[in-house]
Amino acid sequence: MESMATRDAYGKALVELGKLNKNVVVLDADLSKSTKTEKFAKEFPDRFFNMGIAEQNLIGCAAGFATSGKIPFASSFAVFATGRAYDQIRNSIGYPHLNVKIAASHAGLTVGEDGGSHQMIEDIALMRAVPGMTVIVPADGEEAKQAIFAAAEYEGPVYIRLGRPKVPMIFDSNYKFIIGKAAVIKEGTDVSLMATGIMVSEALKAAQDLEKQGINACVVNISTIKPIDENTITQVARITGAVVTCEEHNIFGGLGSAVAEVLVENYPVPMERVGVKDTFGESGKPNQLLEKYGLTAKDIVIAAKKVISRK
Amino acid sequence: MDEKTLEFLKEKAKIIRRHIIRMTGAAGSGHPGGSLSAADIITYLYFKELRVDPKNPAWPNRDRFILSKGHAAPVLYAVLAEKGFFPIEELIKLRKIDSPLQGHPDMKKVKGVEMSTGSLGTGFSTSIGMALAARMDNKDNRIFVMLGDGEIQEGQVWEAAMAAAHYKLDNLIAILDYNGLQIDGPVTDVMSPEPLPDKWRAFGWEVIEIDGHDFNSIERAIKTAKEIKGRPTMIIAKTIKGKGVSFMENQAGWHGSAPNQEQVEQALQELV
Ligand SMILES: Cc1ncc(C[n+]2csc(CCOP(=O)(O)OP(=O)(O)O)c2C)c(N)n1
Ligand SMILES: [Mg+2]
Repeated sequence: MESMATRDAYGKALVELGKLNKNVVVLDADLSKSTKTEKFAKEFPDRFFNMGIAEQNLIGCAAGFATSGKIPFASSFAVFATGRAYDQIRNSIGYPHLNVKIAASHAGLTVGEDGGSHQMIEDIALMRAVPGMTVIVPADGEEAKQAIFAAAEYEGPVYIRLGRPKVPMIFDSNYKFIIGKAAVIKEGTDVSLMATGIMVSEALKAAQDLEKQGINACVVNISTIKPIDENTITQVARITGAVVTCEEHNIFGGLGSAVAEVLVENYPVPMERVGVKDTFGESGKPNQLLEKYGLTAKDIVIAAKKVISRK
Repeated sequence: MDEKTLEFLKEKAKIIRRHIIRMTGAAGSGHPGGSLSAADIITYLYFKELRVDPKNPAWPNRDRFILSKGHAAPVLYAVLAEKGFFPIEELIKLRKIDSPLQGHPDMKKVKGVEMSTGSLGTGFSTSIGMALAARMDNKDNRIFVMLGDGEIQEGQVWEAAMAAAHYKLDNLIAILDYNGLQIDGPVTDVMSPEPLPDKWRAFGWEVIEIDGHDFNSIERAIKTAKEIKGRPTMIIAKTIKGKGVSFMENQAGWHGSAPNQEQVEQALQELV
């Protein structure tokens, strides 16, 4: 299967976007080689601003650009973009609801060897809590690309969570990403696997394994965490009567929490959360980490069986 | 500046100060000290310098003023109202429920407010984004930003200072309200940022030191700053916190407490 890192898709999409829209400007904080904004920097040096290792100022400057009719994309690692500069995101972007796109790479455990200090597992929770912030977690390169274009078209603050490692391509160009819309990518009646980001491909694998065991799982890609697609989540919960959420994020505050909120208010069904169990990560290879912290297809299968038994 | 202009500005500043006292008095809270210290500079900017049009607040080529020390919202609101951005009668609604005049400036609620501020240090960075954007678009407008002398203890301010010099933003003019006080006392006791001129120069800025209550000095400084090429200018304006109201002057306690009815009247008697 073909694979691509969502950050690579971001880098490429930015260049295309830059050609189409002169108002797009890109800001980075000394990580343009990693976030892949360097491609845009090479192509459009006049519209690229390296702000140095200064994330608070990075975010503030992006806000200033937005007040002047530009469409700024501000990039760094997820841990610094959202953690170091949370106050600036809240007060200079969120509060005035400015048209800034924060595209952060290296989210989650799959940062790998850099270890726990760099493995951001709270960013969805942080960004979701900012009033008016749209939060997008693309599952693959195609979705990342489309999400970048959609974010640029949308007027308002957007957080886009990108990853470091290559991930399998799930979608082709026939797929249509729409902000706020979850996609059922495999129908099923016994259990719903609701996944986001790199966990979508794991959920698909889990669904295949479950199929072999006679369990018919539905897989939903929830790439917009906020505003979340209440309709699709409720509909699917009605059909399957059991839900497993899958995310490369702390189980507190992320996709699992968002889905639980929807279910509890609309159609309560048994639910299990696959995610990082309120602990920091550590150094290791991405696959080793996903295994150690319980974020594999195998873990999803176990959770699926458990939740079915609770029906 | 001619005598007439000087008189006009002095009179305007007095009216602004009276608004500040009445507004904070009516609100029962707010920040009179740092509003009064900044009153002359902001009055000068809006009535003598800034290319803004109250009838067309979103005019793309306008100059911008960002109040990075957002707690001084009363002075900004008073000046904007006097300038005609919104009715003067609104001022008395400061900090009240359903009022556009939030405790700290909200660009979504008040015409003429260029950036929502309140979290210290943040407005400064946004002014740099604006200056970069203006230059990209070959605009000849200027970005003015005011900081407090306590505010510059924020790390973000120095990130921004570095960036403004790095990008040679000569369309950016910063003004430091150098009143020597912050909440917990004298700035030099709490966490000294001195020596200020040396620090800003070392960060690549042109530095001009003035008396922030002398309109002629303010005018000269801004004229000079506009001529500087290739780097941003910091105008360090020595001011008196609480300026114009004897019992508030140089008192850290008047940073964030409002005058009561009696104090309002006493202050207004002094501001005639
Ligand atoms: C990030 C942040 N931290 C703390 C505060 C609370 N605060 C409001 S005003 C102030 C003191 C500001 O002093 P200074 O910059 O000297 O302002 P001025 O004397 O001009 O009023 C503080 C600490 C804040 N608004 N923002
Ligand atoms: Mg001060």
